[in-house]
Amino acid sequence: MNQYFLLIACLQLWSLITPVNPASTWGPLIFIFAVSASKEAWDDYNRYLSDKKANEKEVWVVRQGIKKHIQAQDIHVGNIVWLRENDEVPCDLVLIGTSDPQGLCYVETAALDGETDLKTRIIPSACMGIYFELLHKIKARFLWRNETKLGMSRGIPEPKLTAMDAMIDKLTGAIFVFQIVVVMVLGIAGNVWKDTEARKQWYVLYPDEGPWYELLVIPLRFELLCSIMIPISIKVSLDLVKSLYAKFIDWDFEMIDQETGIPSHATNTAISEDLGQVEYILTDKTGTLTENRMIFRRCCISGIFYGNETDVELLNAVSGGSPDVVRFLTVMAVCNTVIPVKSKTGAILYKAQSQDEDALVNAAARLHMVFVNKNANILEIRFNGSVIHYEVLETLEFTSDRKRMSVVVKDCQNGKIILLSKGADEAILPHAYAGQQTRTFIEAVDQYAQLGLRTLCLAWRELKEDEYQEWSLMFKEASSTLVDREWRIAEVCQRLEHDLEVLGVTAIEDRLQDGVPETIETLRKAGINFWMLTGDKQNTAIQIALSCNFISPEPKGQLLLIDGKTEDEVFRSLERVLLTMRITSSEPKDVAFVVDGWALEIALKHYRKAFTELAILSRTAICCRVTPSQKAQLVELLKSCDYRTLAIGDGGNDVRMIQQADIGVGISGREGLQAARAADYSIGRVSGTSLFNSVSLMAYNVFYTSVPVLVSVLDKDLSEGTVMQHPQILFYCQAGRLLNPSTFAGWFGRSLFHAIVVFLITIHAYAYEKSEMEELSMVALSGCIWLQAFVVALETNSFTIIQHLAIWGNLVAFYVINLIFSGIPSSGMYTIMFRLCRQPSYWITMFLIVAAGMGPVLALKYFRYTYRPSKINTLQQAERMGGPILSLGNIEPQSRAIEKEVSPLSITQPKNRNPVYEPLLSDSPNSTRRSFGPGTPFDFFQSQSRLSSSYSRNCKDN
Amino acid sequence: MNTNGAATSSAAAGGGGGALAVTVDSSSAAKKNSKKPKYSKFTQQELPACKPILTPGLVITTFTIIGIIFIPIGLVSLSASEHVVEIVDRYDEVCASIHSDKVAYIQNSLTNKSCTRTLIVPKLMKSPVFIYYQLDNFYQNHRRYVKSRNDKQLRSKAAEFDTTSCEPEDKSSAGPIVPCGLIAWSLFNDTYGFSVKNKMLEVNKKNIAWDSDKEHKFGSDVYPKNFQSGGLIGGAKLNSSIPLSEQEDLIVWMRTAALPNFRKLYGRIEEDLQANDKITVVIQNNYNTYSFGGKKKLVLSTTSWIGGKNDFLGIAYITVGGLCLFLAVSFILLYIIKPRPLGDPSYLSWNRCPSGHPN
Repeated sequence: MNQYFLLIACLQLWSLITPVNPASTWGPLIFIFAVSASKEAWDDYNRYLSDKKANEKEVWVVRQGIKKHIQAQDIHVGNIVWLRENDEVPCDLVLIGTSDPQGLCYVETAALDGETDLKTRIIPSACMGIYFELLHKIKARFLWRNETKLGMSRGIPEPKLTAMDAMIDKLTGAIFVFQIVVVMVLGIAGNVWKDTEARKQWYVLYPDEGPWYELLVIPLRFELLCSIMIPISIKVSLDLVKSLYAKFIDWDFEMIDQETGIPSHATNTAISEDLGQVEYILTDKTGTLTENRMIFRRCCISGIFYGNETDVELLNAVSGGSPDVVRFLTVMAVCNTVIPVKSKTGAILYKAQSQDEDALVNAAARLHMVFVNKNANILEIRFNGSVIHYEVLETLEFTSDRKRMSVVVKDCQNGKIILLSKGADEAILPHAYAGQQTRTFIEAVDQYAQLGLRTLCLAWRELKEDEYQEWSLMFKEASSTLVDREWRIAEVCQRLEHDLEVLGVTAIEDRLQDGVPETIETLRKAGINFWMLTGDKQNTAIQIALSCNFISPEPKGQLLLIDGKTEDEVFRSLERVLLTMRITSSEPKDVAFVVDGWALEIALKHYRKAFTELAILSRTAICCRVTPSQKAQLVELLKSCDYRTLAIGDGGNDVRMIQQADIGVGISGREGLQAARAADYSIGRVSGTSLFNSVSLMAYNVFYTSVPVLVSVLDKDLSEGTVMQHPQILFYCQAGRLLNPSTFAGWFGRSLFHAIVVFLITIHAYAYEKSEMEELSMVALSGCIWLQAFVVALETNSFTIIQHLAIWGNLVAFYVINLIFSGIPSSGMYTIMFRLCRQPSYWITMFLIVAAGMGPVLALKYFRYTYRPSKINTLQQAERMGGPILSLGNIEPQSRAIEKEVSPLSITQPKNRNPVYEPLLSDSPNSTRRSFGPGTPFDFFQSQSRLSSSYSRNCKDN
Repeated sequence: MNTNGAATSSAAAGGGGGALAVTVDSSSAAKKNSKKPKYSKFTQQELPACKPILTPGLVITTFTIIGIIFIPIGLVSLSASEHVVEIVDRYDEVCASIHSDKVAYIQNSLTNKSCTRTLIVPKLMKSPVFIYYQLDNFYQNHRRYVKSRNDKQLRSKAAEFDTTSCEPEDKSSAGPIVPCGLIAWSLFNDTYGFSVKNKMLEVNKKNIAWDSDKEHKFGSDVYPKNFQSGGLIGGAKLNSSIPLSEQEDLIVWMRTAALPNFRKLYGRIEEDLQANDKITVVIQNNYNTYSFGGKKKLVLSTTSWIGGKNDFLGIAYITVGGLCLFLAVSFILLYIIKPRPLGDPSYLSWNRCPSGHPN
């Protein structure tokens, strides 16, 4: 577009063909570029400031054995950085020493991936035991890669073009073609007329022989006249509108995080208007949908249901010293990898790798089972005043296949060796000892799962000394194997984890962000498709998806699974899913599919087409275990089908996805409540305030220019006036229809109609003795301005003071400006306006133009509005008639009920949940337990095949 | 865009990086509160808004009111236009009818170009009676023509040599042409003499141009120079002893017309013309419209508040008013025959078929 304007501006410099003063193009062009350039400059300056702040952060660096305070930007590869507790890590680092005797160090990576659990880092064994003072003497050679991990996964950002931009480009292209056609036709006609008629007009004094380019002159002249069809001001006006919208997002109180008061911030001002046109939302789970903060909600200890740690019954049971409860609490407090840290105030803070563990330990602490200290392998537990020590002998770590973790501890008081386990119900309950009644636990798990809580079963077993010793050897051997170590360890672990005595079930809530279920429900009603992309495992993902209305429960929804390890398997399952999808697409069912990273990789590589079709058919998708680049690939896939995508994420692993998507929503840090808010924002937009002001602008210009094209005159002042008029109109004209070719055609037709009205009325009313050029063009222009004011008024849905000011103020401004110009003797239009304003016929003509121009439009609009209303119209009507309506969802009473049902997953309203709730996926924990009854030998290595079998069952069910 | 490499990544992730931990509580909440933007109704898009919708009542009322207002205005305009008395006489054909080659006739400076026409006054014409000449098919709005003038030169003596944009009538061999350009060069040069019952009618040719033009656009110290002295004679010659600001015919002519058919004021007759008076007009038929097939007409007209005789506005007003009333009536009928409640949610497509997804 810019090239076009430049071309036009250059053509204008050629005085032979220019119909108007070159300043009329150059002035606005320079002004526009100045405006956008200063805007960019301001952005850059702010970015520079924030970069500078980050770069100049002070850090300690050890150089030549001396600790030095330097700025972060001076850190070089090979420097030894000294960080204290709670310091921010300034760059990529390799750990070489810590103050911890075991050489452990815990990192929080929330800023990278939004996960707040601590990651353990151990110093390399070679560096073990080196004292801090000696550190500087280390001559370490690190393999150093130029790209940091973060940098690598980031990819190259592409400039984001909004749908609006794209559409405007298209329409501009269309107008350009139209313009070329007009220019060709008129140019040829002009040349013919010139040769046949104008030669006879002696008063024009055409030279007999023109220069070689003579034939080009008339078409080019018309081109210049038509150039206003694509108004120069469109670019800067759009930019201004966009930044205003962005500012509105920044300012919006609705989008301020309640807890922290961080307002949302729109960094890319250019894309905000696209929010209204989003069709696909791709979201990260951790930290986006969920707060990633677990809260202990309920427990069931040996058949008795308790609430959370404030439950009086539970507290009584604890203080009563019931052995079951005590053992339960012991498992809660001990069976983990949590590190307690004493803060200065004496309070104990827990640093946990997983939020579940954190929640459990905290809950145990509140139930008087306080995990006080961890000293090497000795755990110190304080229970009701007495201190108990446990020695951790082995830790059987959690893996997603095993779905459980165990520790083997030695009670330092009596020397007993105990195995403490916790894990998913399907991983624990089948290993209960033969006589135990697991029924109550199954019920508990069932009930908790219905509440959307994450359940964990706790179990324990006393080990005999020799059993342990024997096993320990096997375990050590397994741990040191090189081939299939994970598998071997798992196998060995399983030998120990049997005949467990199940103590109880805990229920933890992974708190969803406030309002997430409602938001998603509403957005889905608005026809926006949701994809959840997460690095989490399948089950967790499905659970979360369920609890936030992502997928509907069984009778309404259906979940299909794509998996497989080989190409063939993936292909087959993809085909099956696709088939089911096609069949069910006509039914009122919410069909969603689940795909894991591995299958996705294959699907994207080999069966792209099928997968794309699937992507289009399906409204919801859950992609688990996906890598950042896969996230980006998915976005790309959807974009390639011409869908508008919005990606929400909070961490470094989402960066590429966010960059790739049409709209990226980044969430700052852990307190990422803005996800819901941002979504709210876009729903606000969907319900009726997107933009076509650009069209009105174009339309205005089209009809405006038509007059001069026909009369083949153009006054300089007028075009300047045009540019001046536009910005205000653009700001506030927020009527509601999407910008698309058919709307555009409508506007185009309307503008043509208006052009004809203005032109015909003007030339007839100002015929003969009144047909003075300046006067006539002024009449035509004021006709346009009047009409435009009324068009905008008609299309504006809500009038605030600003709108009134813009519309009518614009009209007044037109007169004021022109009267001022009329007062300047040297201007071409000296006294014109005064003369016109004194003529009654001028005002009569204005009213006639307005009435003739607006009457049919109003009638048509009214007819459409009343008898063929669009959804937006109906909503508007409903809104004006029946009180405030805030979002689409609220209009429908039934949806409001649903929202209420789903809303806060609080313990106080379990009854609100649908009682006939059915598990969605047959391999979700509870149903697995159902199909494989208690005591059934359970082998987790079969899980893959089981998934596919359950999948095929799902298929048959249809 | 980020110019720095080190700072933007704020925590270690790389191949086994490490750091000390940060505790999980958000104590920073309070201090971030200051980031809250100021509240104002504008920033929250909560300005009180009036949201009119097109209810049948509103639309029908609007159309009715427009109709009721427009028809009387139309009638008044029409009657005003009817009261204007206008005599139009096309003389170019008649005056040259005896010559077979009209172009040659008009270009020959030696032939006698005078021509007598008789006009009959249909109704009483109250003074002042305006005399116009009307040219049809004359493109004063031709680009090449319109631009061919120099306003600075017209305004002041100092800019005498400023003849830019005046080509091809910018200079003669003796120096710059004042006034330069095609417009001035092609000045209309037919003249009319009026007499009623053998008594000459006084034609007032003063104040036929706009005062503003005389005062500000055409200099009182600018005298015609080298005008019509070249080989090609266009239109009228100018008396070089009269300053441009008093050459009112020129000033009128230089107000170019926007349309190819236009009238320009020639003068005023400041006495009443009685009905059935015979006016004899002696025309000096000098101006060449024959080469391009243009028409020349002489127009005598009175005036009214609305201007000259022009039925267009009146008819248009009546038409528009009538259409508005018609629309109002048909909307009323439509409303009665097929009432339709506004804002009924049941019209929403997703309410009609619950499974249907809007996309």
